Amino acid sequence: MAGITSYGAYVPLWRLGREAIMKGLRGEKAIRNFDEDSTTMAVAATVDCLKGQDRAAIDGLFFASTTAPYREKQIATTIAAAADLRPDIITADFSNSLRAGTAALRAALDAVKAGSAKQVLVVASDCRMGAPGTEFEQNCGDGAAALLVGDSDVAVSIEAWHSVSNEVNDIWRRDDDEFIRAWEDRFIYSVVYVNTVMQTVSALLQECNLNPSDFAKAIFAAPNARVHGDIVRKLGFEPKSQVQHHFFDIMGNTGAAYPLMLLVAALEEAKPGDRLLVNSYGNGSDAIVMNVTGQIGKKVENRRGMKGHLASKRIVDDYRIYLQWRELLVFEAQPTPPGGHISSSAQMRDRSQIFPLHGLKCRSCEEIHFPPQRVCPKCRTQDQFDEVRLSDKKGNIFTFSADNLCPRREAPRVTAIIDFEGGGRMATTMTDRVLEELEVGQKVEMSFRKLASQDGIHNYFWKSIPLRD
Amino acid sequence: MPGIKDRVAVVGMGCTRFGELWDKNDQDLMVESCHEALADAKLDLKDIQAAWLGIQGAETGSAGCRLARALKTDYIPVTRVENYCATGIEAFRGAAYAVAAGIYDIALACGAEKLKDTGASGLTQMGGEPQFSSWVWAPVVAPARFALSATRYFHAYGLSSQEGKEMLARIAVKNHHNGSLNHRAHFQREITLEQALNAPMIAWPLGLYDCCGVSDGSAAVIVTTPEIARRIRDDYVMVKGFAISAGAGPQGVIASDYDYLHIDEIVRSGQAAYAEAGITDPRKEVDIAEIHDCFTITEVLITEDLGYAARGKYKEDQEAAAFEIGGEVAINPDGGLKCFGHPIGASGLRMIFESYLQLQGKAGPRQVKNPRIGLAQNYGGLPGGGVSGVAIIGARD
Repeated sequence: MAGITSYGAYVPLWRLGREAIMKGLRGEKAIRNFDEDSTTMAVAATVDCLKGQDRAAIDGLFFASTTAPYREKQIATTIAAAADLRPDIITADFSNSLRAGTAALRAALDAVKAGSAKQVLVVASDCRMGAPGTEFEQNCGDGAAALLVGDSDVAVSIEAWHSVSNEVNDIWRRDDDEFIRAWEDRFIYSVVYVNTVMQTVSALLQECNLNPSDFAKAIFAAPNARVHGDIVRKLGFEPKSQVQHHFFDIMGNTGAAYPLMLLVAALEEAKPGDRLLVNSYGNGSDAIVMNVTGQIGKKVENRRGMKGHLASKRIVDDYRIYLQWRELLVFEAQPTPPGGHISSSAQMRDRSQIFPLHGLKCRSCEEIHFPPQRVCPKCRTQDQFDEVRLSDKKGNIFTFSADNLCPRREAPRVTAIIDFEGGGRMATTMTDRVLEELEVGQKVEMSFRKLASQDGIHNYFWKSIPLRD
Repeated sequence: MPGIKDRVAVVGMGCTRFGELWDKNDQDLMVESCHEALADAKLDLKDIQAAWLGIQGAETGSAGCRLARALKTDYIPVTRVENYCATGIEAFRGAAYAVAAGIYDIALACGAEKLKDTGASGLTQMGGEPQFSSWVWAPVVAPARFALSATRYFHAYGLSSQEGKEMLARIAVKNHHNGSLNHRAHFQREITLEQALNAPMIAWPLGLYDCCGVSDGSAAVIVTTPEIARRIRDDYVMVKGFAISAGAGPQGVIASDYDYLHIDEIVRSGQAAYAEAGITDPRKEVDIAEIHDCFTITEVLITEDLGYAARGKYKEDQEAAAFEIGGEVAINPDGGLKCFGHPIGASGLRMIFESYLQLQGKAGPRQVKNPRIGLAQNYGGLPGGGVSGVAIIGARD
């Protein structure tokens, strides 16, 4: 039996109060920090999903997004490297559609069913942009979800699947567009969205000989709250008891990641025996029947998931900060000392310290250090080390500073010297922090972030963040 | 090891005004400091047999020719050196060692730096990490690096941030007072405690007045044998000791047991230079200490590292005015980096220049009473992986 064996999610710490966009707007939406993108959020969701899992047993990673930070350069490989997966795995990126998340899930499921892989990780992540002033700006949120697909200890079995392909320009972005484009809303919502989803779900229910009342919960990744209400009513689901909440008021539509994030939220509440309907939409629609098994909640513990991430938040109430983080508003350039140039060859050489954050543990004196040295800083033994992954270790702040000699959007830049639990010290840049709350001894964890983009290369590395609770 | 003590004499020095010298480049400054040193020693350029140039900035060239071209020396050897912030002391050390080795009779060392052509108000990235790298190290600017020690110092010794910031602010007030007595300083204004405490934040907990300025400047020294010195002048001074300690780091930063309250390179260079100079009780024997106050917290650490205050006790000595002119050890009587800024290559020799004046009794309103020993110390880099340089000079017997 093939299905989902583990799951995780990521919602950025920061929420833009919609009142900051325009007076009278209600609720908030999840927004990525300036140093986050679809890659970094995908890594965070992956790390959440892999808690308690054997990373060496994973045979593939599929990434899905409409906002991949490269047009030519695979993102799945970056995530696999940061997650410390084996190199002999299958990787692929799924893109160009809000259905990319469920498309990747289908491909993973088919691979496992066909026996070409035992376990495949599906990660969907998106941070789409609506133009300032548009409904899309208000409704789009940022986030990621990760599902592990396998054929043993399945927590959620995938029973049936129906897809419809529909060629239409309803919502789209051209290859050089920054913002979402759309046709008239009465056409794209009332006609295209509703009809396509009705057709897909009806066909699936007919194939399986099921009625709406046979489902514990239905999940719809609708473009906005109003349309969400319409489709639930038209299909005949009971809105209060039978439908997964859409989170438009606290998160927003997270694109290709949205249906999978809502699924993770539903699984956090699910009981063995629950039957779920999952629906995605984008140039057609996918409708899936899933059954929750007795394994649910057994091997999937201590995740922040949707509930934990949604509860852990800070509000951005200044619209200019959001615009700055999106590089839509550029403050005058700060004459900062240049930090040198990124070298691709040096990056490849140092990849085990950059992506999975491997430090070295001396076989002679057992001291853990980072970044890796040829000679042990403590006992001066040469080349006798074992690699130790530090990216999933928690730590404490030993000391910190906060300087204003950095780009304005980052000011003040917090440098924190942290001691990892179990040994090892690292000089880190700290992100997602509120300066006034920092203190020596405070607990931190690591988060994969984009340091900068320079010379055409996105430069990723781990930063520290205050422990998210 | 015979060491350098009493084998080399200083017979002439020069030092330019430091500041934002928009109408001068590094070669203008070299000419001014070297000509002043020659005039002071009553020597001619032709008497100089070899020269050392301490300069750090890549944009000013990387060979000895920069000095040769400025002074128009006559094909003598000119060696350019750099060793982070200890660059000036390194140039002095090279010239003194060559004389002590008996290779040359008279040698010149010049330190110079032009920082104010970059368009940036801080130090640009100089040396350190390779220009092309994987960027694993976040670019940490100098104020942030030393602020890490301030946060930890407050925490470790139980100072509230108000108490800690006040202790640091008093250092700025002291050094600005000393600088107000010095016509060569970049900043010659006194500041109040309130000004220092209320200044804009640069790198928490360091405010504007906790950070040294960024300036242009140059200083030069002429060294020779004691025999020749006696023929040149009566009030020559003697070289007593040198030390350079290079951190093998970054083990300081990454070692789990590093406390951020001291800097090993500084401790080691102090011990080595004291041993060479025959100093056993530095707090008693050293009269003037020109130390690397790039930030006020650095002055605290160095004062403790060089043995002028006990660990964690800086504040007590400060309250007893121990480090003011007239105190136990006059620390940065010329105004320090606080008032002179830090043109990297020039700083070490600018510090020596103050001791030279003091030992000759020519320091005017800043004069320390009957000084016998003056020390200069620079520190650059990351703790555990930086360079500390010490030079000690003393009055002739």
